[in-house]
Amino acid sequence: MNMQIKTPQQSHTIAILVDNEAGVLARVVGLFSGRGYNIESLTVAEVDHAKRTSRITIVTSGTPEVIEQIEAQIKRLVPVHRVVNWTIAKPGIEREMALVKVVGHGDKRSEAMRIAEIFRARIIDTGHTSFVFEITGAPQKVDNFLDLMRPLGLVDVSRTGVAAISRGPEAM
Amino acid sequence: MDRDTTLTAQDAIELSGAEMVIRALKDQGVEHIFGYPGGAVLPIYDALFAVEGITHVLCRHEQGATHAAEGYARSTGKPGVVLVTSGPGATNAVTGLTDALMDSIPLVVLTGQVATHLIGNDAFQECDTIGITRPCTKHNWLVKDVNDLSRVLHEAFQIATTGRPGPVVVDIPKDVQFKKGSYIGPQSVKHRTYKPKTDPDLAAIVKAIDLMANAKRPIFYTGGGIINSGPEAAKLLRELVAITGFPVTSTLMGLGAFPASDPQWLGMLGMHGTYEANLAMHDCDVMVCLGARFDDRVTGRIDAFSPNSKKIHLDIDAAQINKNVRVDVPIVADATKALKEMLHFWKTQRRKVDAPALAAWWKQIEDWRGKKSLSFKNSTTIIKPQHAIDRLYELTKGRETYITTEVGQHQMWAAQRFKFEEPNHWMTSGGLGTMGYGLPASIGVQMAHPDALVIDIAGEASVQMTMQEMSTAVQYNLPVKIFIINNEYMGMVRQWQQLLHGGRYSSSYSEALPDFVKMADAFGCVGLRASTPDELDDKIKEMIEVRRPVLFDCRVDPKENCYPMIYSGAPHNEMVLSDSEDEAVVVTEEGKMLV
Repeated sequence: MNMQIKTPQQSHTIAILVDNEAGVLARVVGLFSGRGYNIESLTVAEVDHAKRTSRITIVTSGTPEVIEQIEAQIKRLVPVHRVVNWTIAKPGIEREMALVKVVGHGDKRSEAMRIAEIFRARIIDTGHTSFVFEITGAPQKVDNFLDLMRPLGLVDVSRTGVAAISRGPEAM
Repeated sequence: MDRDTTLTAQDAIELSGAEMVIRALKDQGVEHIFGYPGGAVLPIYDALFAVEGITHVLCRHEQGATHAAEGYARSTGKPGVVLVTSGPGATNAVTGLTDALMDSIPLVVLTGQVATHLIGNDAFQECDTIGITRPCTKHNWLVKDVNDLSRVLHEAFQIATTGRPGPVVVDIPKDVQFKKGSYIGPQSVKHRTYKPKTDPDLAAIVKAIDLMANAKRPIFYTGGGIINSGPEAAKLLRELVAITGFPVTSTLMGLGAFPASDPQWLGMLGMHGTYEANLAMHDCDVMVCLGARFDDRVTGRIDAFSPNSKKIHLDIDAAQINKNVRVDVPIVADATKALKEMLHFWKTQRRKVDAPALAAWWKQIEDWRGKKSLSFKNSTTIIKPQHAIDRLYELTKGRETYITTEVGQHQMWAAQRFKFEEPNHWMTSGGLGTMGYGLPASIGVQMAHPDALVIDIAGEASVQMTMQEMSTAVQYNLPVKIFIINNEYMGMVRQWQQLLHGGRYSSSYSEALPDFVKMADAFGCVGLRASTPDELDDKIKEMIEVRRPVLFDCRVDPKENCYPMIYSGAPHNEMVLSDSEDEAVVVTEEGKMLV
């Protein structure tokens, strides 16, 4: 029962609906650093201006015990309305957006454009030697795109982190 | 006191921020506050100047103020209120805040802040109070608009005192204290998100009593949650223990919830708990944990903790469930409500315990009890610290006595030997282990209970950390008794150095101690000293009789160790009962890493 069995770390996407008050993000982030939990990605923005609520989406990793503890600890924070684990509680959809700058000439440049088309990435800025692509998808898709762009002159990346929502008619 | 706690936004009255603070304190029923003035709280101190019904206790250090407020809160069940200035005032309060967070003590700490237009400018006595206190409070607020102030103050009291209690900070910039705004009463404040769950899940209650009724080797393991839930919870616990006939042990924080004179009481459990309590925890088949949190001082080696038991865990804080130990029946609720339901279902479903099994279990427990794990070799020439505490207990028995402690060996001896019969009479720093807690805490207790006998069982090292508060005791005629178990060492540090570090007593001996009797003189209180067992009783009696603050220098055997002990990294069934068994014990490498 009490044996600390070495269970594998698993990645979880957790959505937190909070009151949009000063310092609320610091409370959540401070909880993670103070208790030694990982943050793999974090996204936050106000989602309802009238109700002053913000939604924080955190991708974290840990054993099932640690994930249970993370959820319980977040729920203790006073300005938190709701906490949902999209990896366990409900099937969720995850998307991430990245802006990707690729610099190159000749074949490499046309290869970058060809791959971007396959990934349905949009070109949102271009010059004679550079592109800025906008790509949206599951984090793994973004990873794959970046892997392919690296030998083609990838110089800069800005990723938004994961946003997640449930499938079906229900709200969070 | 005429107060209208129902003032709504419609009929709000106009007050300055400083006046609002005083009004809110009155509306919340606050009678005592502990604090220290400074530039950024002068408007509040000004508003306090002519106020009747609120006594301000001027402490000598903000840490002292917070511990005094903790002692006040623990001994009354009411929140402790602290008022300090910005910058160093706030940073000095951090130890008390953290202490209160770890031990679930309701504190409302009001801090002054530099004016809003100066925030972020590195102004004089500015610090990021909210940033610094965020991890050591249950919640905190910076109030930038005076019209938010009354709502925030009332929310602060609600959050500090409900659910799992804890400390909160309200940081109030100086310009907000001067500005006028509308004040609303506590009744019209409703928090948007904060709704602690206090009602138990009845299915879990029934599962719990199922386990209890079928138990062959049950134990109640109770904690500070019973005390925090209020005196009713302690009454219900006593009824449940009586009706089931189960043995009961408690954590350090839970002492007094169950009377130590009762035959079903096994004493405290954990690192310095009794042999019978720890062995019963290890061998039980059903563990009923009520308001405790499986702290590392209690469990010892976690993977060998009570390996064959089903575990019921009642806690008001859902985050404690499955944190250190996986449990079978979690109950997230207020202890009073959950105990009521447990008793209700036990009675209405006519539950019976397995009497023959229970009798055999008690026989086993009595065998363990026969080890007399708290016994020690007394002396006729030197005062043994255990003897000093035994005499203190015997000579104060039957009085309304409150005990506070510092942290270390004396604290453990006090917890083991002083027999507590009622809740809220034992104030100690459990989770944080704050040396310097006991003296100011005793001041807070005495302020709340002016006629009671309030004793800080102290160590000579700890007590020097907040010694300055003797001045506070003298100023307010608080006849606290500071009973110093003086062994000239940081005793617990020395004990660990003996056991784990080859007897290399690095910096644990205080080569220059003050003369505590002369010191008492300097403070204007009474100094007493006992150096031999012969004079101990008379000196203790003298201490009890004098209606003034006392510093009692009790010179004890400097080399005495605190037993029984579960070494770091060892399980409950590997207890060491005395020095003579040292040879047999090897602290594992992993154990050495633990604190």
